[in-house]
Amino acid sequence: MIQTDLIIILPEIIISVCAMLALVVSVYSGKDALASRLVLLTSALFVVMALWIGNSGGESQSAFGGMFQDDAYARFCKVVILLSAAAVLVMGRDYMLRTGLLRFEYPLLIAFSVVGMMVMVSAGDLMALYMGLELQSLALYVVAALRRDSVKSTEAGLKYFVLGALSSGLLLYGASLTYGYAGTTGFNGIIESTSGGQASMGLLFGLVFVIAGLAFKVSVVPFHMWTPDVYEGAPTPITAFFATAPKMAAMGLFARVLYDAFGGVIGDWQQILALLSVLSMFLGAVAAIGQSDIKRLMAYSSIAHMGYALIGLAAGTAQGVQAMLVYMAVYVTMNLGTFAFILSMEKDGRPVTKIASLNLYANRAPTKAIAMLVLLFSLAGVPPFLGFFAKFGVWSAAIDAGMIWLVFASAIASAIGAYYYLRIVYLMYFGEEVDEALNGGGSPVLWGVLMAAAAIMVFGIVNLFGINGSAASAAAALVN
Amino acid sequence: MAGAFKVENLLSIVTLLPAMAALILLMFLRGEDAAAQSNAKWTAMIATSATFLVSLIILVQFDPAETGFQMVEESNWLMGLKYRMGVDGISVLFVMLTTFMMPLVIAASWNVTNRVKEYMIAFLILETLMLGVFMALDLVLFYLFFEAGLIPMFLIIGIWGGANRIYASFKFFLYTFLGSVLMLVAMVAMYAEAGTTCIGACSDGIALISHGFAFDTLHVLGIPVVGGMQTLMFVAFFASFAVKMPMWPVHTWLPDAHVQAPTAGSVVLAAILLKMGGYGFLRFSLPMFPIGASVMTDFVLWLSAIAIVYTSLVALVQEDMKKLIAYSSVAHMGYVTMGIFAANQQGIDGAIFQMISHGFISGALFLCVGVVYDRIHSRKIADYGGLVNRMPAYALIFMLFTMANVGLPGTSGFVGEFLTLVGIFQVNTWVAVVATFGVILSASYALWLYRRVMMGQLIKESLKMITDMDRREKAIFAPLVVMTLLLGVYPALVLDLIGPSVEALVTQYETAIAAAHGSGTLAASQ
Repeated sequence: MIQTDLIIILPEIIISVCAMLALVVSVYSGKDALASRLVLLTSALFVVMALWIGNSGGESQSAFGGMFQDDAYARFCKVVILLSAAAVLVMGRDYMLRTGLLRFEYPLLIAFSVVGMMVMVSAGDLMALYMGLELQSLALYVVAALRRDSVKSTEAGLKYFVLGALSSGLLLYGASLTYGYAGTTGFNGIIESTSGGQASMGLLFGLVFVIAGLAFKVSVVPFHMWTPDVYEGAPTPITAFFATAPKMAAMGLFARVLYDAFGGVIGDWQQILALLSVLSMFLGAVAAIGQSDIKRLMAYSSIAHMGYALIGLAAGTAQGVQAMLVYMAVYVTMNLGTFAFILSMEKDGRPVTKIASLNLYANRAPTKAIAMLVLLFSLAGVPPFLGFFAKFGVWSAAIDAGMIWLVFASAIASAIGAYYYLRIVYLMYFGEEVDEALNGGGSPVLWGVLMAAAAIMVFGIVNLFGINGSAASAAAALVN
Repeated sequence: MAGAFKVENLLSIVTLLPAMAALILLMFLRGEDAAAQSNAKWTAMIATSATFLVSLIILVQFDPAETGFQMVEESNWLMGLKYRMGVDGISVLFVMLTTFMMPLVIAASWNVTNRVKEYMIAFLILETLMLGVFMALDLVLFYLFFEAGLIPMFLIIGIWGGANRIYASFKFFLYTFLGSVLMLVAMVAMYAEAGTTCIGACSDGIALISHGFAFDTLHVLGIPVVGGMQTLMFVAFFASFAVKMPMWPVHTWLPDAHVQAPTAGSVVLAAILLKMGGYGFLRFSLPMFPIGASVMTDFVLWLSAIAIVYTSLVALVQEDMKKLIAYSSVAHMGYVTMGIFAANQQGIDGAIFQMISHGFISGALFLCVGVVYDRIHSRKIADYGGLVNRMPAYALIFMLFTMANVGLPGTSGFVGEFLTLVGIFQVNTWVAVVATFGVILSASYALWLYRRVMMGQLIKESLKMITDMDRREKAIFAPLVVMTLLLGVYPALVLDLIGPSVEALVTQYETAIAAAHGSGTLAASQ
């Protein structure tokens, strides 16, 4: 028995074992000299695992008495998580090296947090959920404060830790309420206790607390306060990581809990999600307008985007989950490209994150400016780029579920939100000459990621590279 | 006509030709020296001319007697959507207008020196998107082209525009974007209700164009909405098309955009982009939501009448030539909406005719302003006067287009205005009476502009050395002059082409209204 269980979680085991081996080797060799190579090795490992998981088809199976689910849904999320983490590691290597942050702990912590994420999206039990979540979070708290001598980075790490602990507390409280009223921590047990379509009051309280805890992890309003500070304070490659893989994992976990454990009482959580979604979209759109730091701007942008992705979840249908998955995949790609651009922003060798420094950037680096233009319009959801189709997907799902008011609100929010993306385009193309203007910079790797992301946004509209089909089977595995 | 000579996938070829040229420019052209600039210009010129020539094949293959969509192309696309292109009597004209105007626009931009490559790429991409709008037979495909057109136009105004270009470009983008996202919501709702995004000529299932959307009275926040879902969808589409058109009172982005845009940008905006709104009304609002349209008709008609009179009055007091022409465009678009919502043969014929003719005339007028702007670098009317003394050829051409703008018989401007007024008179006499004042007002502002700019003594020092149009400029105007006069004396050229399609549209509209009244749902609530 245990053998089959272990085979099912083999990818997680391999990554953990590799990370621990690397930890031992690095500690005994004592130097950070290995770090640079470790980054590449880790990211190669991620890619291999992603290919393996992506091609490992087959029907749903579960391990450890249902604590760990391995289905098409988990595989979809894991592939996105692994690939984005790999891309971020490669992208950030140069930056970390130059700023002297490239310690051997960095790739290892990322690897551990990725294992946590993989457990999260596969969770079939409140305990597995919590273990995955904490493994992920603890690793992330440390990397957020990786720049130990910077006040902002330390502040970011501390803030993230304190607020993250609070949210874990909420989640844990919700989990214990759920356990108390459902009598089990297993998702299939919880869903049975609501089989009549009716949940007891205690269970509903549990549900609300769990949602609050998870909302913190995906950073939707009103649990978003940590995001801008952490995004700004953390070293840029770490910010790029925060904006991609953990978002996908938290969103994947969100859907997992809502459908596997609380799928019997969809009507009870639908409205909560719709409200979170509307608040996030509007706050993200309005608050980003005044930002002068591009990392803070991206923080608000991610809050707004999580709002759009939640529309898919709020629809409460398989179509909605499918749309959410496609949205997240597109979102992650756009953010990888955008952060590749942000990482390449520098003046005289020093990294710059001021938006004003982008003035007339198109004159100095026309190709990069065009790629960024594509990404920005895609982020704003303007056709013909892929971001539009992601939005179209969640909107279709919501309207099919009869939530036309939610779609209407998000339409208004997206029109407001277009403004701040446009502002960057405006600065790059028709701003004015300023002193702090950027001068070149960026490794070929960053250039490649940026161009690839932009090309995906343009050519993806032909057939979305087929991810729509895998998202559909993933959603079908989750919602049944 | 069609038969022996057939080209497969003709519409896609025409649509993608300019984009291909843009891609070539993007990939292979390097540098900013004179040679590179000249290469960029010639590539764009050849590409747009080739597009025009190929699009002539569409006209040859097109069978005006048939009312349905022709040359339909279909293939699978993502998310269960389909890539569908086709033209009918209404859209084929706009396709031709677009391909006809673009070489002239490129020729008019020959003096651009700043970032020529990007400039040409923006215009070529814009041409692809505009053609796509007029050919798309799938809701999402239509929206994609419709909305994507904002991006190149935003850049054209923003990069190559005048002093206040940033404000104008943002206003342009955000106004139209807000209108369009509301339309997108309605489109998604249509998809949900009808289960298809196919506009017409579908191989599978029902076409939206003949799908009867529900019109039972709905209550939104306690307010009864006559015409129900149809009215709501009509309003959402109206939000987008009215901004694009633009109709009073959401027209304010247009004068700003026109004034700040470079000459070629203004020409594209006036001649083609504005027509997307009118085309949208004809393609979506009337056939898909007839009940909603009939509920809202009076409202739209009065908005049009106000637009005609009010913006004509505003045009009278303008001190900037481009702004004056921009306001005159809004007034002329008022005739178009009026004709469309008269919803009879003359009205819609007139509206389409007016759009085509306005494409030539307003395009030409903006080019006229461009001619003197290139020389004096001012658009202020007060900076000119007595130009006729040194620029006789220019005076003649300006005169012709001023007269056409006023609607002098013999020019194409007359036919459109006359037909829309005839159409509206049968439907709503009062609106017709008010709108007729617009004809007088347009004569006053146009002629007064002409008098202040061209007539009188040439006393301003700055104008003493001004030169008449050169050969390139004359060559640009020649096709426009020919078209304006040709359509003025022989309007059947256009009317025969659109006639059957418009007739089918009107019949369909009237049948739907009659059926709704017959069923009692609408009659009871009104």
